[in-house]
Amino acid sequence: MTLESLIILIYVLVLASYLGFELITKVPPTLHTPLMSGSNAISGITIVGALIATSELGYSTLSKWLGMMALILATINVVGGYAVTDRMLKMFKKK
Amino acid sequence: MTIAIQLAYLLASILFIMGIKLLGKTKDARKGNMLSAIGMLVAIVATLITLDILSFVEIFSCMLIGGAIGLYYAKKVEMTQIPEMVALFNGFGGLASLGVALSDHFLKTAVLAVEIDPVNSISIIASVLIGGVTFTGSMVAWLKLNGKVSGQPITFKGQHVLNLALLISFLVISVFTFLYQSDPMYITILVVMALLVGILIVIPIGGADMPVVISLLNSYSGMAACATGFILNNNVLIVAGSLVGASGLILTQIMCKAMNRSLTNVLLGGFGQTVASGAQDGPSIVIKEIGVEETAMLFDSVSSVIVVPGYGMAVAQAQHVIRELMEQCEKRGIDFKFAIHPVAGRMPGHMNVLLAEANISYDKLIEMEAINDEFPNTDLVLIVGANDVVNPAARTNPQSPIYGMPILNADKAKTVIVSKRSMGKGYAGVENELFGYPNCLMLFGDAKQTITKVVSEMKEM
Repeated sequence: MTLESLIILIYVLVLASYLGFELITKVPPTLHTPLMSGSNAISGITIVGALIATSELGYSTLSKWLGMMALILATINVVGGYAVTDRMLKMFKKK
Repeated sequence: MTIAIQLAYLLASILFIMGIKLLGKTKDARKGNMLSAIGMLVAIVATLITLDILSFVEIFSCMLIGGAIGLYYAKKVEMTQIPEMVALFNGFGGLASLGVALSDHFLKTAVLAVEIDPVNSISIIASVLIGGVTFTGSMVAWLKLNGKVSGQPITFKGQHVLNLALLISFLVISVFTFLYQSDPMYITILVVMALLVGILIVIPIGGADMPVVISLLNSYSGMAACATGFILNNNVLIVAGSLVGASGLILTQIMCKAMNRSLTNVLLGGFGQTVASGAQDGPSIVIKEIGVEETAMLFDSVSSVIVVPGYGMAVAQAQHVIRELMEQCEKRGIDFKFAIHPVAGRMPGHMNVLLAEANISYDKLIEMEAINDEFPNTDLVLIVGANDVVNPAARTNPQSPIYGMPILNADKAKTVIVSKRSMGKGYAGVENELFGYPNCLMLFGDAKQTITKVVSEMKEM
């Protein structure tokens, strides 16, 4: 990896973390559980990493099996996380 | 083509950020979650289209399996089990990051036989460490939460020394892993050590401290995704990972503050044990009992009620019958509210979800700072399955292990009724002096059963 691309990644990391802190402090405590399960689903973004890792190899190797495992786990995370968050948020009603 | 995928990733990042922003308002929250899910879809579809995928069938079937499991679990899970589910999913996230890191390592060393540059190597090792720790740590937390492993802290002599030794050896072996890349032994040792560290840091943590641990593991799963982003030189992984990392850290901080403890103090663990031994020297307290009928009569005569729910309410599944109690009270024109302590339950915001599930409007759920001044003007407080969060010792007794922890001032109300299975200590193992106060009455029995009886008494009045 070149130094330039590393610097860009660090830029992204710092700015996104800062933005994250700003936005998440504004989430009301009532929604902390959905926030957590929702962010859980977002961390399933490793699915993209898993896809890239799996596709780099077209033949059966250890690398590919690891990638496929990561893909299944990350999909559970994403689908389950969003579905349960939606189920929870649906319950928050004001009467 | 690369421009297209970069733009798609940018769009996905924006959707994640907007999704979290919308979570700031309860009425928009569902839309926010949807936006975030769309962002994920964009990222995945773009990756699938752009990559020259040789085994589309394999990838599709993997996602089908994962999606079906995830959907099934999300539909089936009880609201009381959400902390377990989050712990489990955090673990999956960690393992996925570990898998990607290893996959990349083996691709470069064994298949392509190229040199891994220092930055890449550090990213891979970081991903192995954070991913591995997140995985086993979450699994231990999951086992503790669902009761398969005791919720009591497990400590042994030399625990901290062992952890430190493990971390130092991890650093040393990391260097070897970089120097002798083609030898798979070193990276394998790293994986084993990371998994071990995860177990060791969570076992000494007790049940009542679980909200902190889950928040922290949540943050780790985000950081693991970030590390993966550095391996693959991928911005969307870094953006999404840092959002999750930040979210977990903020929640961890809130939980620690609500217990008046530092993060190191929680992580070093063993809290429950020191407390249990210290509590025995306290003076024995005299309690007063109240029956179901008298409780119903009391509810009938007051004009304001605050309910303080705790984890015990979730265990007894008493939230639905409490809503019925609320309906009975509101029919009589009684002001009825809930006081929510930040660490009530097993994860941040746990009580709110349980009460929302029981169809209780969220504007009735009041946070600690907002409601604490109202207790002196309240006729009746009903405490259901909460203990440490209402223990006045936190204000009055400097000897108490929970001294200094912000609590709900339930003791200041005119009358306090404590619904409790039997006399016993709270999860922190602390004797509650509130139970001996002159304005405190104990309603013994299973919360769901006793409150059901109170409600039926009230219906007949």
